[in-house]
Amino acid sequence: MALLEVNNLEVHYGGIAAVKGISFSVEAGEIVCLIGANGAGKTSTLKALARLLPIKGDIRYGGESLDKLPSHALVSRGLALVPEGRGVFARLSVAENLDMGAYHRSDNGIAADLQRMYELLPRLKEREGQLAGTLSGGEQQMLAIGRALMGRPKLLLLDEPSMGLAPLMVQKIFDVIRDVAAQGVTILLVEQNARLALDVCSRGYVMESGRITIADSATALAADPRVRAAYLGE
Amino acid sequence: METFIQQLFNGLTVGSIYALVALGYTMVYGILGLINFAHGDVVMIGAMVALSVTRPLVGVLPGPLVLLIGLVVAAVTCMLLGFTIERVAYRPLRKAPRLAPLITAIGISIVLQQLAMIIWGRGYHPVPTLLPGGMHDLLGAQINDLQLLIIATAAVTMVALMLLVNRTRLGRAMRATAENPEIAALMGVNINRVISATFVIGSALAALAGVMVSSHYGIAHYSMGFMLGLKAFTAAVLGGIGNLGGAMLGGILLGVIEALGAGYIGDLTGGVFGSNYQDVFAFIVLIVVLVFRPSGLMGERVSERA
Ligand SMILES: Nc1ncnc2c1ncn2[C@@H]1O[C@H](COP(=O)(O)OP(=O)(O)O)[C@@H](O)[C@H]1O
Ligand SMILES: [Mg+2]
Repeated sequence: MALLEVNNLEVHYGGIAAVKGISFSVEAGEIVCLIGANGAGKTSTLKALARLLPIKGDIRYGGESLDKLPSHALVSRGLALVPEGRGVFARLSVAENLDMGAYHRSDNGIAADLQRMYELLPRLKEREGQLAGTLSGGEQQMLAIGRALMGRPKLLLLDEPSMGLAPLMVQKIFDVIRDVAAQGVTILLVEQNARLALDVCSRGYVMESGRITIADSATALAADPRVRAAYLGE
Repeated sequence: METFIQQLFNGLTVGSIYALVALGYTMVYGILGLINFAHGDVVMIGAMVALSVTRPLVGVLPGPLVLLIGLVVAAVTCMLLGFTIERVAYRPLRKAPRLAPLITAIGISIVLQQLAMIIWGRGYHPVPTLLPGGMHDLLGAQINDLQLLIIATAAVTMVALMLLVNRTRLGRAMRATAENPEIAALMGVNINRVISATFVIGSALAALAGVMVSSHYGIAHYSMGFMLGLKAFTAAVLGGIGNLGGAMLGGILLGVIEALGAGYIGDLTGGVFGSNYQDVFAFIVLIVVLVFRPSGLMGERVSERA
């Protein structure tokens, strides 16, 4: 059974349908990407998974329906979202942001995880005491990922981690994503930058105006003429 | 000079009380973007409950102990009340347009006042003196035990609150929720609980302030929360609403300016206006500050959270 199974998911904003009955799944250990143009419904899909929006349809995570669970019950089940635009707490320090990531935990591995996080993301160590709002966009993205990792996720939902970042920083962020995946965290990656996304993931879905139009392996998607024309700029 | 020092201490006393009440407004605003107009009436309930509890105990137990018992009962009552107000009047309207919770806030304020009037009547209740009442000579001014106790207790309470907000897990969750409730929830924060905790803490401060203000003036009345609430709200805005340090600064500043104004207004206007005009000062100060610093003395942001 897949770690995440989505069936006929619909998201509506008032009368507007943003997600129109999509179905997809993510197996444990996979990196799956969801690519699509601006406005395709990718963010709405991830927010639905994080229970931040009212939905129709069925979402099963680890075999359990998310129907009755509030957002704040997800992280302790290993489901974490790094939201679009990073969503760091600007008026909390870097260290406090990371602490918030471990908010639900009561085990005594938190200090060790914090050290590991600083090793993975040394830039954050240097800025430990600084308010997160003073960090650069790339550093904030690293902080947002680090914060999510502090919760020891099984499934990490990443919403456009490359957005608005310089190429060098994007490279670094994607290196971190590969590292995280190598440690066994399952990843669902949403990207507008299809080239980057198809490079790291094994499988992908293409989303267009609220529907999934293509589902295939990353190599097949990268070779698909429709994908090449629409998302790889060829 | 003696008038100055005297009024400074009087202002510090009243300002400490304003600050405690202002903290309640500012904490709720910080986390919900809502002005809890019923907060002043929670202060009044605190004063009234303490009075009802202490009156039969006067002479039976030592004064300070009676005061402490009154305070604890008032605090517990107000905490329950604050919790209930949020549940009943604000939570169901969390996603409603901003005007809706403002109206329920005013509604709750009226309900509490009417309730108090039914329970305690329309009269002004004298508040028994429960402390020895010794006068101390400080730099030429007379200051009594109660004033010292009010200033010291307020100071300790505010330091404790700052530690709670800045150093504890709950405090961190409160700040995170104030900044972005959705993301805080994703971190596992039960934001409903954090919001309840905010109301409960603010209401405990209100109870403390209620006991202080009624003891200080020696009188309690069902409508005493109105003007006090308005002034504390003014203090919160003065300091920069949403900012804890600002509420403390605003409260103390307002108390001191008011007291100094009351002390000197007669001299300044050749006796045309007397100290009964002191209430006007609060609002003059507010207007002047807001003209020059629309976000208050310590407020950073002018825009409201979306
Ligand atoms: N809060 C909202 N209210 C109304 N419409 C929204 C809202 N958020 C997104 N939408 C609409 O839903 C559609 C999908 O948006 P989104 O999920 O953000 O797409 P993507 O992340 O793929 O760019 C868009 O047409 C967008 O305008
Ligand atoms: Mg998006």
